[in-house]
Formats: sequence, structure tokens, C-alpha cells
Amino acid sequence: MRVLQGIVCVIGASVIIFIASRVSGDVTLLLLPPDAQPEQHEIMRRELGLDKPYVVQYLIFASKAVRGDFGNSYRWQMPALQLVLERLPATIQLAVCALIFSVMTALFFGVLSAVYQGSWFDNFGKIFALLGQAMPGFWVGLMFILFFAVKLGILPAFGREGYEHFILPAITLGWYSVAAQTRMVRSAMLDVLDSDYIQTARAVGVPKKILIWKYALRNAAVPLVTMLGVYFAAMLGGSFIIETIFAWPGVGRTVVDAIFARDYPVVQAGVLFTSIFYVFSNLLVDLTYGLIDPRIRYVR
Amino acid sequence: MTSQSAPARNKSSIRWMLRFPWIPMIILFMVFSSALLGPIITPHKHGALNLGLAMKPPFWQENGSMSYPLGTDNMGRDILSRIIMGARITAIVALWAIPFSGAIGALMGMIAGYFGGKIDMLIMRLVDIQMSVPSLALALILAASLKPGVATVIIVIVVTYWTWYARIVRGEVLSLKERDFIALARVAGCSAWSILLKHFLPNIFNTLLVLATLQLGSVITYEASLSFLGLGIQPPDVSWGLMLADARPYITVAWWVIALPGLAIVITCLGSNLFGDWLRDTLDPKRRQL
Repeated sequence: MRVLQGIVCVIGASVIIFIASRVSGDVTLLLLPPDAQPEQHEIMRRELGLDKPYVVQYLIFASKAVRGDFGNSYRWQMPALQLVLERLPATIQLAVCALIFSVMTALFFGVLSAVYQGSWFDNFGKIFALLGQAMPGFWVGLMFILFFAVKLGILPAFGREGYEHFILPAITLGWYSVAAQTRMVRSAMLDVLDSDYIQTARAVGVPKKILIWKYALRNAAVPLVTMLGVYFAAMLGGSFIIETIFAWPGVGRTVVDAIFARDYPVVQAGVLFTSIFYVFSNLLVDLTYGLIDPRIRYVR
Repeated sequence: MTSQSAPARNKSSIRWMLRFPWIPMIILFMVFSSALLGPIITPHKHGALNLGLAMKPPFWQENGSMSYPLGTDNMGRDILSRIIMGARITAIVALWAIPFSGAIGALMGMIAGYFGGKIDMLIMRLVDIQMSVPSLALALILAASLKPGVATVIIVIVVTYWTWYARIVRGEVLSLKERDFIALARVAGCSAWSILLKHFLPNIFNTLLVLATLQLGSVITYEASLSFLGLGIQPPDVSWGLMLADARPYITVAWWVIALPGLAIVITCLGSNLFGDWLRDTLDPKRRQL
């Protein structure tokens, strides 16, 4: 049932993407030189199938898309899907790094601010979370470039060669999720610390370090782990702007470039791919709830 | 208010004064008044070019001067004036986009929740589908398809955010629907529309107000992101995101052209988020998780 819903969502998304990319201007105006004759425009439109009714165009688009054929990129003269697939690893690598960064940070700060509830550390965390949520990701990225790449010159601002190229984009992409995740870990940890088994363990004399980082963390991390898919999806969504800032050769930047060039096939392939990932990582969350924590079963 | 005869009242009013979000209110007041006054208070015309004065740093740095307190950009335009004019675009976008997305979302949510059945299914599937496209991707496609500008930014925000209101309002309506006063209204022969408008709307109004204030911060960042990518506000209009986009190539030579417009965004977002938090805690404490 949930899988079916996911498929409906993907089909819906493809319709939205199709409609949205067709209401823009005439692509032949961009592809042909400005002195081209009207007949040449007509021929080109026919070649690209743009002269048919929209419904027919969509059906052709959809039936080809299912077979992995999004047509050739107008600009690069190569299959759009291939273009997107080539860029996909870069995007996924970045999203995974960002996810690791945000989860680690959230676990660390969330646990400590719950254990030392009300201390200066906890208050500092609250202020930091407020500030973090008020900063747009792309500006944070620019500030990182300004500080670490321009002023200090210790980290590269763009490109994708060594591991050091990952640091700034991954932190920027993960930035926005850190505040929400930390809050989640903190409140889960507070609940867990109150629970009977922790009280018992404490009474028995289990060392504090083991108590917190082993016994308590295991349960406190459950809400965060179940939400990983959602956060991964959020990172994919955020990649459009972050990749543009850091000149990261991923799907996000390719789509943004393609939008400006009105390169429909690439836009469609890129956005549809991101949506599929988005839908299915959300779906995975729903389906794995019960596996990770038997107390929460998906009820329908 | 300091009368000795009413100590209890006095105490509670002091507590209220302390809890009232003065700083966020001051920030929002400053943003909206600079939006309103705009060209009257800007020290220079926001579009005035002066290449001889390009890239002047803010006044506290060497070579800075008080006549351009926050420095100038690559074309010698005064940054302070442009930030003030940027507030105007931010306010215009917010004042159009938030009421529209709220109204459409609330209406859809009320219809879905009240009538249930097929209509509910249709609307909620639409919400699901819409949410399955990453919102920025949808915004990029729409913004690229329509002619970029203020109106497009507003449309994009409305299209993206109505689902948010619809989901929450629907949930609210579903729980209100079982209450006696709704049943009584129905028994008394009220039409569906009058029940929705006279009985549901007043009850979800607080929630709507809280959602709207909380949306303000994200609308500001959203507009800035779109403008930054070149798909939002177009010159000669000024927006904070657009200022950042213009300044991006000069990041190695002038920090202020990048940092200061961004700071305007951060401060405004902070103000609206804090105000939204306060309003939520005051009006609608059960929505803490938002």
C-alpha cells in the first residue's frame, strides 16, 4: 500500500515536472541562431516533438522515461539520463558526508546538552540552534569560503579532488539539519535518562561514561535513526544551491545550469531522479520504523 | 501600574513585560519601517552608480567614510541604501505570499478535513505529490518557466507552502469535527460553508496566525535563495539574495559585500523566528514541535 502510494507520488511528480518545464518559452528560440527562418523553427519543433498536444507529449515522455530514455540533452548532445547518472555519485557522496557530519554533531551536542541540562553548555547550544536556523545555507557556505578559503587559505573553496574538498560543502549542506537533529536527540535523551532502566543502572553503579554513551544513547538515537531517510532527502533537496556555490560537479548544479539553458531533458531527468530518491528514502523510513524500534509499528 | 494596592497584578505585568519578545519586535519593527519608508530614509539612491567610489569598505575600516557607512559594492552603490531597499522587497514578498498560501492551505485543509471521503483523498494525494518533489527543485522549475520577478517569487512560495497549512489545518479540523458545538451547528441546520467559516475558522485562527509567523523566516530565506540563483528578483529591484549573487565574484577582495546583506537576512529571520516562537507558546502551546 505504501509502495503504491510512493509510485503514485513519483508519477504525480513527473506530471508536475513536465508541465512546469513546458510553460516556459519556446526552446527553439534558444537553440537556433537568432537569424534562423521561421521554417527552421518549425522543423526543429517537429524534430523535438514539441508540435504535438501536451498530453501526447507527456505520454511519450513518460513511456520513454520508464525505459530510462529522457532524450538527448539539447546542449550536450548526449543522453540526459547518462549526464545525470554521471553526476549522481558526486551528489550522493556529498549528501552522505553531510549526513554523517550532521548526525555526529547532533548526537554529540544533543547528548551533552541533555546530560548537563540547564548548564552553560545547554544554553549555548540553544542560542547556537536559534542562530543556525536563521542562517540561509548558501550564506553560511559563502561565509565559510570567505573565512576558511579566502582569509585563512586552509581549505579549498571549490572542485572535487581530495577529501579536503568535501569539508566545506558537506558542513554547509549538513548545517541546516544540525539544529533540528540536536533538539531531537536532546529531548529523546532527557526521556531516556528519566527511565527506570537507567535509574537502575545508575543505582547499581555503572560508570557514567558507559551509562550515557552505551546504555542511554542506544535508545536516545532511535528517533534520529528512524528519520535518517528524511534528512537524506532534505540533503538531496539542498544540493541544488550548495553545489552551485561550491562548483560541485553533481546533479544539483547540472540541473540549475540546465534550467538556465532551458535544457528540458536534463532538467526532467535530474529533478525526477531526485524526486524518486526523495520519495523512496521517505518510504524507507516508514517501512523501517517497526524494524528499528518494535514499539512503533506502522499502523494503517 | 506601580500601585501598592495591587501587588499581584503588578507582579504579573512585570512578568509579562519580561517575557514579551522586545528584541524580535524591535527587529521586525525596523525591517518593516525601512520597508515602508524606503527611499525617504536611504542616504543615497539605491541604484546610483559611482565607479570612482567602488568597493569602499565600511566606516570602521581604513578608507571607509561615514557618507557610505556600510561601504559600497563593485559599482560604487551604497550598501546601506540597498539593504534598506531590500527590506522593501522582502516585506512585499512576505505580505503577499504568506496570506495567500495561508488562505489557500487553510481552505483546502478545511474542505479535506470536513467533507472527508473522496475530496479528502484527492486533496491529500495532491499534497503528497507536491511534497514528493524537493521544494527547491519545484521552485527552480517554476521560477525558470515563468518570467522571473517579484510576482513569480510570490507564486512559487504560495505553491510550495500551501501544503504545509493544508496538512495542519486538516488535522485540526478532524479533531474539532467530533466536538459537540459542531454537531449542534449541524443539527441547527447551518450549511457546510457557514459551519466552516463561522465555527471552524475562529477555532483554527490561532494556529493559522502561529504558522504564518513561523513561515516568515523561511519565506525570507526562500526568496533570498531564489534571487541568489538568479531566478527571483531581477534588477533594478534590490533584494538581499540578489545583492549576495552580485557580490559573489568579489568574495576574495571585499568581505562586506557578502557578509552584510547576509547579516540582514540572518537578523530578520532571527527576529521573526523568535517572535513566532513566542506567539506559539502564548497562543498555541500544544504545537511546540513546530
